[in-house]
Amino acid sequence: MAIFGKKYFKVELDRVERKDDEALWMKCKACNELVFKKKVRENNNICPKCGEYFFLTAPERIQLLADPDSFEDISRPIVAADPLGFVDEDGQSYPDKIKKAQEETGLANEIIVGRARIGGYPVILAVMDFRFIGGSMGSVMGEQICHGMEQAAQERVPFILISATGGARMHEGILSLMQMAKTSACRKKLADARVPFISIMTYPTTAGVQASIASLGDITLAEKGALIGFTGRRVIQQTLKQDLPEDFQTDRFAFEHGIVDNVVKREHLRDELMRVLKFFV
Amino acid sequence: MSEHVIEELQRQIHRLKELSRNGLDLSEEIARLEAKLAALQTPHTPPAPPELDDWERVKLARHPQRPYTLDYIKLIMEDFYELHGDRLYGDDAAIVAGLARFAGETVVVVGTQKGRDAQENVRRNFGMPHPEGYRKALRVMKLAERFQFPIFTLIDTPGAYPGIGAEERNIGGALAHNIYEMFHLRVPIIVTIIGEGGSGGAIALGVGDRVLMLENAIYSVITPEGCAAILFRDAKKAPQAARALKLTARHLLEFGVIDEVIPEPPGGAHLDPPRAAQALGEAWQRHLRAVKGITPERLVQLRAERFRALGVFEE
Repeated sequence: MAIFGKKYFKVELDRVERKDDEALWMKCKACNELVFKKKVRENNNICPKCGEYFFLTAPERIQLLADPDSFEDISRPIVAADPLGFVDEDGQSYPDKIKKAQEETGLANEIIVGRARIGGYPVILAVMDFRFIGGSMGSVMGEQICHGMEQAAQERVPFILISATGGARMHEGILSLMQMAKTSACRKKLADARVPFISIMTYPTTAGVQASIASLGDITLAEKGALIGFTGRRVIQQTLKQDLPEDFQTDRFAFEHGIVDNVVKREHLRDELMRVLKFFV
Repeated sequence: MSEHVIEELQRQIHRLKELSRNGLDLSEEIARLEAKLAALQTPHTPPAPPELDDWERVKLARHPQRPYTLDYIKLIMEDFYELHGDRLYGDDAAIVAGLARFAGETVVVVGTQKGRDAQENVRRNFGMPHPEGYRKALRVMKLAERFQFPIFTLIDTPGAYPGIGAEERNIGGALAHNIYEMFHLRVPIIVTIIGEGGSGGAIALGVGDRVLMLENAIYSVITPEGCAAILFRDAKKAPQAARALKLTARHLLEFGVIDEVIPEPPGGAHLDPPRAAQALGEAWQRHLRAVKGITPERLVQLRAERFRALGVFEE
């Protein structure tokens, strides 16, 4: 038993409901219209009024992409430890923070790895959940990504990583930084096995994850509305003390600067993956 | 050694005491040996100097007089010949790279470089590289592989530069590719953190067969100021963040992230650069000897396994 709370637990995808779904209506942050939440959820979390994207949880993302009932969670049964004994300013310990994130999301970790089929093509899918401490990469995420890649290499099926992350997790200090090297080291196993790696960058894909595994795809796609970059906008603004271009670090910016192969609308992402996967069969 | 002496003394005292039961007066001799034994058993090492606070080490790691990459190259290596440019965009003076002679052979050395004064710091961007710096580093490291030259990397950077141009030229992608490619290089790589090991900008030169760290260097996922601003909501709480992040060489040795802490002269490397360089040079020779005999296949395999094993979690 983990000393601080829940041990690893598997998630039944269709049972995971959002905590914030008790309210029936929500206000769109873009058009300010009141919209019916159920309609938003049915519409892939896209505002039915103006088309603004709201974030997807990892279970929602899996439901969007995988063939019905094809997903099988193969995550390693591990949860975060507390190597630094980290306590933040409010006196909240890192284990307490993890426990709170588990309760709020219904997930054991910030990433889920599993076998799935997409349009019939077998794949290994690794999906981050931004709600879980900003989808940040600590030892658990690094291990799960490696596990997913090793599984994909062994089964000779494509590896798909869907990033939604603020970067490395500060609470695990240097060990989080080392996950950048660890995942990059493992990525070679896919190349050696001639297994394709499709990296999908969503809102947001930044810092330590963008500067490692997310940027090492054979094919790199940005979801429309993605935020892609290394240093956060606010930090750059503070350093330079000047305004940044309007489209800075947006999906369009990434495309125009040659950082991604294509930008894909959320509702087309599944079809786009099927088109790409076909080439590697 | 002293344990051996103590045992021998104890045996002698025991024998004398047995002999004295037969009527011999050996009390003077016994007393003399017992005094000697007592002196040996009392710890006589002088009290260790108080352990430096982690924040003090951060300040030492950033000390403006601290030896930088080019200082160590000059003090340890010979005939350094600098190479410039990434062949794609430009030359970044925040990273120096080139050929040199060390321990009787040709080596490649790559490192981040801070400036000594305001003017040089502008030119070297305070040791904060752009993508072209990392791409130059990779180009020169691939040259090393082509000719089977061992690679030394030296790390002393607050981090990769947070700027518009850096983002436009995909700094994140440049860091990622360096990390990835360094796992493929079929020559020995010895990494040394000599000052500040600042996050992604550091790990992008930090993949190797040996990772060494100077005693007062730091290596961290984020600057103490950055961590304080985000998690403690006040950049002024950097000393507190520095302690929380466990970013000193001693901590990193415990985490298994580095292989050896290179001692610095009392007070820090800036007080006696030649002595600091001598300790570093000796360590480089020793570690280079140890990894040179390993076949290229095994070398890259061990390197990947080493980093694959890093991380702490609960089952």
